[in-house]
Amino acid sequence: MDWFIHAETVGHKFALMFFAILLFVGVMGAILFGIDKLKRAPTWVVVAAFLGPTLLFVVFGLVYPGLNTIKASLFDAKGNEYVGLDNYVTAFTQDQFQTVLRNTMLWVILVPLIATLIGLVYAVLVDRTRYESLAKTLIFLPMAISLVGASIIWKFVYEYRPDQGNIQQIGLANQILVWLGLDPYQFLLNQPWNTFFLIAVMIWIQAGFAMTVLSAAIKAIPDDIVEAARLDGLHGVGMFRFITVPSIRPALVVVLTTIAMGTLKVFDIVRTMTGGNFNTSVVAYEFYTQSFRAQNAGLGAALAVILFVLVIPIIVYNVRQLRLSEEIR
Amino acid sequence: MTNASAPLPPTSLLDEDEGDTTRKPSRLARVDARAAVARSKLSSPWTSLVAILIAIAWTIPTFGLLVTSFRPRSEIRTSGWWTLPWNPGLTLDNYQEALFGSSTSLITYFVNSVVITLPAVIIPISLALLAAYALAWVDFKGRAILFVAIFALQVVPIQVTLIPLLSQYVSWGIAGSFWVIWLSHSIFALPLAIYILHNFMKDIPPSLVEAARMDGAGHVKIFFQVLMPLLTPAIASFAIFQFLWVWNDLLVALTFAGGTTDVAPLTVRVAELSGTRGSQWQLLSAGAFIALVVPLIVFLGLQRYFVRGLMAGSVKG
Repeated sequence: MDWFIHAETVGHKFALMFFAILLFVGVMGAILFGIDKLKRAPTWVVVAAFLGPTLLFVVFGLVYPGLNTIKASLFDAKGNEYVGLDNYVTAFTQDQFQTVLRNTMLWVILVPLIATLIGLVYAVLVDRTRYESLAKTLIFLPMAISLVGASIIWKFVYEYRPDQGNIQQIGLANQILVWLGLDPYQFLLNQPWNTFFLIAVMIWIQAGFAMTVLSAAIKAIPDDIVEAARLDGLHGVGMFRFITVPSIRPALVVVLTTIAMGTLKVFDIVRTMTGGNFNTSVVAYEFYTQSFRAQNAGLGAALAVILFVLVIPIIVYNVRQLRLSEEIR
Repeated sequence: MTNASAPLPPTSLLDEDEGDTTRKPSRLARVDARAAVARSKLSSPWTSLVAILIAIAWTIPTFGLLVTSFRPRSEIRTSGWWTLPWNPGLTLDNYQEALFGSSTSLITYFVNSVVITLPAVIIPISLALLAAYALAWVDFKGRAILFVAIFALQVVPIQVTLIPLLSQYVSWGIAGSFWVIWLSHSIFALPLAIYILHNFMKDIPPSLVEAARMDGAGHVKIFFQVLMPLLTPAIASFAIFQFLWVWNDLLVALTFAGGTTDVAPLTVRVAELSGTRGSQWQLLSAGAFIALVVPLIVFLGLQRYFVRGLMAGSVKG
């Protein structure tokens, strides 16, 4: 039996992998063929067979744990004693957590705005130029990289060497400072600016997403409108301000809200670059620390619920905008 | 619209307009006019400078680490990668050490990443295909509500579910195995998978399915002969999105796999190296690129599905 659960050698791992794939694909196939064989099966049997496995997964893995976490957030660190809203009070009043909330706010405001701005400007600048597809690929590339990989790339950019004797900088950012005649700077250590240097990494990743969506929206602006505006004497910045931006407003909203949601849950960057030290922690990371390091189940659960609650208004706005833009279409 | 779930019309990094323009002269003229506008816009040296600066800023960090990963260890410590022209000398030693060195042995984790990713992509697709089929083409009471409920589950942050799931796995005695990672990734992927596939199935003209039913086709026949061929782009988009999500994931793997060599994927190990050997850039740079290379190949090879999948799944989380 243990053979089917734990694997240690490479061969065994692959064998287990194929077993798992065949098991699930096989079971799903068997359900499909089985129902097909039953001529005139009542609808409820069909529905139960096709939807049952999924509902089981989703209820077991999302609904039930979600409710459980909400309950756990009302209990103490060990999960034994009911403490009401104490965990939430802690999360909103203690200094340590106020820093976390402040940082999260900075992330959620700055990343969407700056990433969207850069993506938009870039999309407009390269639109219909000779190197458009290459230019877009370059900006989009960071989207394929894991947040861990991106963090390491940027940690190397920020790498610091003390400024003494013959020591050369090996991080590009500090080398640029030295070239400019300035002292090297501890980008990841010096508060409060270190948070901004972490935020820069997320902007670097998300700008490609913004650029791609907005570029598609820009291409969808009817030629007639552009033509008419041009005949009216609009050029350059005027065209951008009065034609491009208003025409792609729905896309802008979708991009902003989507990036905001992704940013809210950012965890990998903080963990890889600073480990949450030097006042750089955010809610998604603090959840992990409280749950797994500090063993404070109640507070960890409360932070997860806060994360959930913060997502809801953004998603509601996002869905409403999508509806609106679909109605227009 | 081919992908109803994407927030916007299907996008592609490749400019397809160029192709059609040759057929219609009037359109060609218009495109020419717009290109002229673009050119006049870009003829200003400042705007092209801005575009080039952005492109450089977005490329240089990755390029720098890539160059570093091929430089000898002693060089990395004493000089920046931009001094390469003055300190020539490239080597594969770093990759050798990162992949096979006894202290890092990333090859083991590479295998783990592959073993985690394939089932975590295929299992949710097979489950979601059946579910989406039922939601789209079987008439039953409460269908609309059920679909909305599943759609809404997309936004549940996975953080909310981790601890209860973990304690459940522990009590079943399967914690720390591949199974919990496959299961968890499949669960987290299902709402999105069903949403994407359902929207695609809904876009298929009902008359097609009705006609097949009239001919006496059962579910199997409708599924494989009518729907499947039309669904391939949707499945590809979702598969690539899910592949990237799982391959690049840190949180789920960290929670359920811990740091053991038996199951932990590359991301977990590389993140760990960054914490414990933060100054050994010869290992970190090579390690980062070992983790990057597969998504990068997929990205460059399947750019179009990639972008579409990413757009559709951007809310997941």
